[in-house]
Amino acid sequence: MSDIILETRGLTKHYGGVHALEDADFSLRKGEHVAIMGDNGAGKSTFVRQITGVEQPTRGEIVFDGAPVNFAGPIEAREAGIETVFQTLALADDLDVPDNLFLGREKTLFNLGPFSILDYRGMREATLAGLQKTAVKIPNLRNTIRNMSGGQRQCVAIARTATFHSKLTIMDEPTAALGVQETAQVENIIRNLKEQGEPLILVSHNMRQVFDLVDRIVVFRRGRIVANLNKNETDGQDVVAYITGAKTGIEYQSAA
Amino acid sequence: MAQSVHGVGGLKFDASKRVWPNELNVLAALIIIVVIFEVLGALVMGQSFLFDSQGRFSSIFNEQRLYIIVLQVSIVGIIAIGVTQVIISGGIDLSSGSIVGATAMIAMSFAQVAEVNGQPNPKGMFLEQGWVDLPVTVPVLVGLSCGLAAGLINGLLIAYTRIPPFIATLGMMVTARGIAKWWSKGQPISFPTESYATIGNGLNGWMPVVIFVGLAILFQLILKFTVYGKHTYAIGSNEDAARMSGIKVARHKVLVYTIAGMLAALAALVLSSKNLTAQAGMGVMYELDAIAMAVIGGVSLSGGRGSVVGTVIGALIFGVIISGFTFLRLDAYYQEMVKGAIIVGAVVLDQWRQRYQAQRA
Repeated sequence: MSDIILETRGLTKHYGGVHALEDADFSLRKGEHVAIMGDNGAGKSTFVRQITGVEQPTRGEIVFDGAPVNFAGPIEAREAGIETVFQTLALADDLDVPDNLFLGREKTLFNLGPFSILDYRGMREATLAGLQKTAVKIPNLRNTIRNMSGGQRQCVAIARTATFHSKLTIMDEPTAALGVQETAQVENIIRNLKEQGEPLILVSHNMRQVFDLVDRIVVFRRGRIVANLNKNETDGQDVVAYITGAKTGIEYQSAA
Repeated sequence: MAQSVHGVGGLKFDASKRVWPNELNVLAALIIIVVIFEVLGALVMGQSFLFDSQGRFSSIFNEQRLYIIVLQVSIVGIIAIGVTQVIISGGIDLSSGSIVGATAMIAMSFAQVAEVNGQPNPKGMFLEQGWVDLPVTVPVLVGLSCGLAAGLINGLLIAYTRIPPFIATLGMMVTARGIAKWWSKGQPISFPTESYATIGNGLNGWMPVVIFVGLAILFQLILKFTVYGKHTYAIGSNEDAARMSGIKVARHKVLVYTIAGMLAALAALVLSSKNLTAQAGMGVMYELDAIAMAVIGGVSLSGGRGSVVGTVIGALIFGVIISGFTFLRLDAYYQEMVKGAIIVGAVVLDQWRQRYQAQRA
C-alpha cells in the first residue's frame, strides 16, 4: 500500500449535465511512469484538473501519498507535492528563469511581509541544481522567457517541477507545440525523471512517444477509463482500438 | 565560447540574444535631445543650453537651468513613480491628478495659520473649530490618508469587481475632482504654517527634488529586490500564470493602487506647500504627464516591463524639452504639441524594439 503514490476511487466530475468524468479508479506506484491517452473530450484533461486541484470533483476520493486529500486549489496540490506542467504554460514572459521557477514561493533574505528582500543568489543556485537534476540546458538563466524558443519555455516549465522535489509530476501534452529537436529534448528530460525514480503522469496523443517513455497506458473514452495496459503486453493498434471504442478492457466492460 | 557544462539537447549559449537594458536607450534619447538643444542654442541664441557660457555661475554648468529642469518635473515625477508600478502591474491610473487636487485642498485646510497680518486668516477653513497652527504632522497624515483612501478604493474596485482599471480610475478622477471643488466651494485655501511650507520649499528650494529622488531610489530598490516588486512584474507579465503560481493577485493589486494613491497625495503636499496655496484645479492633467513620463521612460503599457530608473529619465526628457523650448523662446503652445508627438513616438519606438527582439529570439 505504501508503494502507491496516487490513487483515485470513483472520481467523478459533472459540468451541469455533461458527465466529463465517471467513476475513475486509477492508481500510480512510486517511480512509475503512466500515460493517459484518449480522444479529444475523453476526459483526460478533466481527470488531470481534479487531481491537481484546479477543479473539485463532483464525487469520489483522491488518496495521495497515503492520505486522502481534498485540494481547494492548485496551490494546495503543489504544496502537497504534485507539480503540473500545463498545456498553456504558466510562465511570466518578462521574468527570467529563476524568477519563474520560484514564482509565488520566492526565497527571501529578510521577512518583511510583501516587502521581503529576495534571495537572488539562493534562487539562482537552486535553479542550477534543478536544471542539472532534469538535465535541462538553458543557455542563459538571466534571459527572459519572452526571448526563448517554445522548447526552452517547456524546459523551464518542467524544470520547475524538479526544483521543488515534487512527489508526483503531471505533464499535459508537453510536446504538443514543439518541433522535432525540442520534443527530443523534453523526452530526454522525462527519461531522466524515470532514472531518478520520479513518478509521472503523461497526457499525450503521441503513440510513439508514449511507447518510448512510459510503463503503463491508461485509456479514457467518453469520461470513463476503458483500459489499463502494460506497455510490454500491447501495441499501437491495440491502444487505438481501445481509444476508438473497438475494444474495451474486460474489467471495465460493465461500466462502458 | 561559454559551452554550457551540463545537460543534453541542442541549445547553445548565444551572446547575441542577451538583452540590452532599455534604460540605456532612453538615456541615449535624453542625451541626443540635450545635444539638439545645445546645437540650436549655439546656432539660434548664441549661448549654451546646459553649460555656463556667460560666466554667471561658479561651476561650468548653468546651475539655474539644471535646477529648474529637475524642479519642474519632480512633483509630477513623484506621481510617475506610483504610476510606473501601476503600469508594470498591467493597469493604469487616471485618478492621480484629481487625487492631487483633492488632497491638496483637504491637507491645506489643516495646515493654516490663525492670523495673517494681525487679522484672522481670511481663507481659514476651520477657524471656528480652532484647528489652526497645528503641527505639520496633522496635514501630512490627513493628506496621506486621503491618498490612501482613494488608492484603496481604486484597488478594491479593480481587484474585486474586476472592472477595467481605466474605468475604475476614471471614476475616481471625476469624483476626486468633485471633492476638491466641493471642499471649499471652489475657494482657494491659503496661508499655511511655516513648518508646512518647508515641505515644498525647504533645503533652499531643493526639498521637492530631494523627495523625488529619494522616493525614486526607494521604489527602484523595492521593485528590483523585494517580493512585492517581483509579483508586480509577474502580474503585469502574465496574470493567469501569477495566479496559478499562488500569488494573491487581488490583494497585490490593492496594494499597488494604494501606494500609487499615497504617492499622488505626497505630491499634493509638496505642491500645495511649494505654492503656499491649494486650489481645486491643482493637478489637472498631471495623471497624463505622469503616464507620459513612464511611457517615454520605457514602461510598457501592456505591463511587465519598465523600471523607475526609466521613468526618472523619462521625466528628465520632459523637463529638458520644456526648458529647451523656453530657452529657445518658443511659445508654450509648441511645447504641448511636441510633448504629444514625443509620447506617441516613444510608444512606436518601443513597439518596433519589441518586434525586433521577438524576431531575433
